[in-house]
Amino acid sequence: MTPTRKKRLILIVAMVVGVGIATALAVTAFNDNLMFYFSPSEVAEGKAPVDHPFRVGGLVTNGSVKRQSDGLTVEFTLTDTRATIPVRYTGILPDLFREGQGIIARGRLNEAGVFVADEVLAKHDENYMPPEVADSLKTAQQGGDVR
Amino acid sequence: MSGELGHFALILALCLAVVQATVPLAGSYTGNRTWMSVGPSTATGQFVFLAIAFGALMQGFLADDFSIRYVAENGNTQLPVIYKVSAVWGAHEGSLLLWVLMLSGWGMAVALLSRHLPQVMQARVLSVLGMVAIGFLLFMLFTSNPFERLYPVPAEGRSLNPLLQDPGLAVHPPLLYMGYVGFSVAFAFALAALLGGKLDAAWARWSRPWTTTAWIFLTLGITLGSWWAYNELGWGGWWFWDPVENASFMPWLVGTALIHSLAVTEKRGAFKTWTVLLAIAAFSMSLLGTFLVRSGVLTSVHAFANDPARGVFILAFLSVVVGGSLAIYAWRAPHIRGGGRFDFVSRETFLLANNVLLVVVAALILLGTVFPLIYDALGWGKISVGFPWFNKMFVTFMPFLLLLMGVGPLARWKHHDPADLVRRLRLAFGVSLAIGIAFALPVYQGASALMGLGIGLAAWLLLSLWLAVRDRLKHRRGARAVLRDLTTQGRSFYAMVLAHLGVAVTLIGITLVANLEAERDVRMAPGHTYELAGYGFRFDGVRNVQGPNYLAARGTITVFDGDRQIAVLHPEKRNYGPGTMPMTESGIDVGVTRDLYASLGEDLGGGEWAVRLYYKPFVRWIWAGGILMALGGLLAVSDPRYRVRVRRRSTATAGEALAGGRA
Repeated sequence: MTPTRKKRLILIVAMVVGVGIATALAVTAFNDNLMFYFSPSEVAEGKAPVDHPFRVGGLVTNGSVKRQSDGLTVEFTLTDTRATIPVRYTGILPDLFREGQGIIARGRLNEAGVFVADEVLAKHDENYMPPEVADSLKTAQQGGDVR
Repeated sequence: MSGELGHFALILALCLAVVQATVPLAGSYTGNRTWMSVGPSTATGQFVFLAIAFGALMQGFLADDFSIRYVAENGNTQLPVIYKVSAVWGAHEGSLLLWVLMLSGWGMAVALLSRHLPQVMQARVLSVLGMVAIGFLLFMLFTSNPFERLYPVPAEGRSLNPLLQDPGLAVHPPLLYMGYVGFSVAFAFALAALLGGKLDAAWARWSRPWTTTAWIFLTLGITLGSWWAYNELGWGGWWFWDPVENASFMPWLVGTALIHSLAVTEKRGAFKTWTVLLAIAAFSMSLLGTFLVRSGVLTSVHAFANDPARGVFILAFLSVVVGGSLAIYAWRAPHIRGGGRFDFVSRETFLLANNVLLVVVAALILLGTVFPLIYDALGWGKISVGFPWFNKMFVTFMPFLLLLMGVGPLARWKHHDPADLVRRLRLAFGVSLAIGIAFALPVYQGASALMGLGIGLAAWLLLSLWLAVRDRLKHRRGARAVLRDLTTQGRSFYAMVLAHLGVAVTLIGITLVANLEAERDVRMAPGHTYELAGYGFRFDGVRNVQGPNYLAARGTITVFDGDRQIAVLHPEKRNYGPGTMPMTESGIDVGVTRDLYASLGEDLGGGEWAVRLYYKPFVRWIWAGGILMALGGLLAVSDPRYRVRVRRRSTATAGEALAGGRA
């Protein structure tokens, strides 16, 4: 093997190994950071994990928003018209959060079956429905199995 | 009237684009100079007609012509004039019009500024740009015509999304688009060179200023976008790994790799095919970014109304561009001979490693961005890739890049004795290692391994840059020589120093704000003081204020350092009238070493409000670094050698290239 070829081979091997390591790292890190989405129906059916964070989306049930009198904790329920789950969040809600609005919450279920959210997302467009939420509403209304 | 005028102008621009895409290209193969000379005039004409179309739409907004659907959806008689103007690109159709206007602007610039190029090259570059323009104009005319009429004509428009009523956002999209679209020129140069089969130093030199200019715009656009998000969204965040941010960041990373690779191709004639691939990739990333933003396939804060037909069109266009250019690449690249040899320890190797790392990071971001789409398409469920994943990937790979950035500028082309390189850098390395460890030691609040890593790397960058400058000065003997360098043809070195300095500044900003910031959501009653990061934030209540087209609840928060009053913040909650959403306007006290930031949450009744308070140390440094990088780019582009030498060579290469084109 000529020296140039050898050098080139070393470079290529180093690059392939590097890219391999990168891919391996990326994929293993996915395991901890992938966030699954579930609809309220799925959560009610017990399909959502209890110990792992996930996202849930639906409409904020009319008349369900209750705020603590001293702190910043809010409780409300989220529905896909078939099932309803309770959500608790401490902090400032987004501008577009209101009853009847489609939102997505990120957090985890506690033992009592309350979804404790650490982030609530409402879109910056009043006509905009998060695609996930639109999907769950559709399947819930058709009475089919929610994916 | 103006609507029809604009519509016709669009159609005429499309006709010209078709001519521009075909006639000069055909001329370049048959050697017909008349056909080739059609390129510049059609490119100019296309720009003129698109400018007319753009002017017509703007006229629609200024005259409140709500018979145009787009104006009715985004305009309003109450809108201040500046936002009537920026509303032109405030939504999908108009921003596309801006996009093609810029594309044709770049095309016209190429036509006017590349007269010194061999005619064959210029003809092919313009033809490729014409093809890109055809794609976008068809897309506009078939799926997103901004001049569509509305009947019955509403009495009042729906107005511009309040979120976009901000001076920063009036300029952010144009800058970003200039960057995105600018890579089409690098792409066109690469394809034209491939078609001619001559990927030489001259091609790289022609391509460099265009690529760098596009990169400058993209850099500024991203910087401004980050600053806007921080100011306007009221979450105090400056980067969210939002799909749309990623869409602008991926072409930036690939574009950065391209700039460095072009340098090698110009100076040493190496990496030719790799450079071409990068040019194709950078533009493809720009198109992919457009696809992600426009098709609405991803949930993002940049929610544009989605329409499946648009997504399908852009996806088809993207596959034509990527597939077509890769096919040309596969056809021509094997005939391209490799360039200059280089040793294992040489500047070429460091730049190659820089390229690989940048591309790997861009690929990872791409993976994280489209992974949810793939997952959903395969029916495995709906997922999102969290913020922490992106951070983890970035923090894993960027340090290597930054380490190399320290060595690269000091290494010589072709060959550098490793022992000499180690001798030069060992002190700088030792010092930055010590600084890094000092910042990682838990002797003060906020110290962490990441803090040490960030500050250590910033020190490494700064020290090695200083070494490179000192070396340069030693060879140049003093300040007068530097001045001569700057006024003649030696700007590129100082441009590099400036841009790398920008990276160090941004790195310091990111490290400090990420590790030392403090944030709290609190419930505050008037007179109540809250301590955060050593500052006392006193809430002085909220009163109502009338703005030009909104009603605001305006809070007053007085900030104390000990007993001394240092700032008064006025966060607002704005309401732009019935049917619109409320908007949070943050109150910020700006400083070099820290920002104090407050935004209003909800009215909790009884004078109490939910308030979000932040202490953001060194956050401005993030954007200052971005500006330094752009200035570096500007200095590089302004180098007279791109004009002087090229002009001198042009007559000699013209005949050569023509012959090459026929072969």
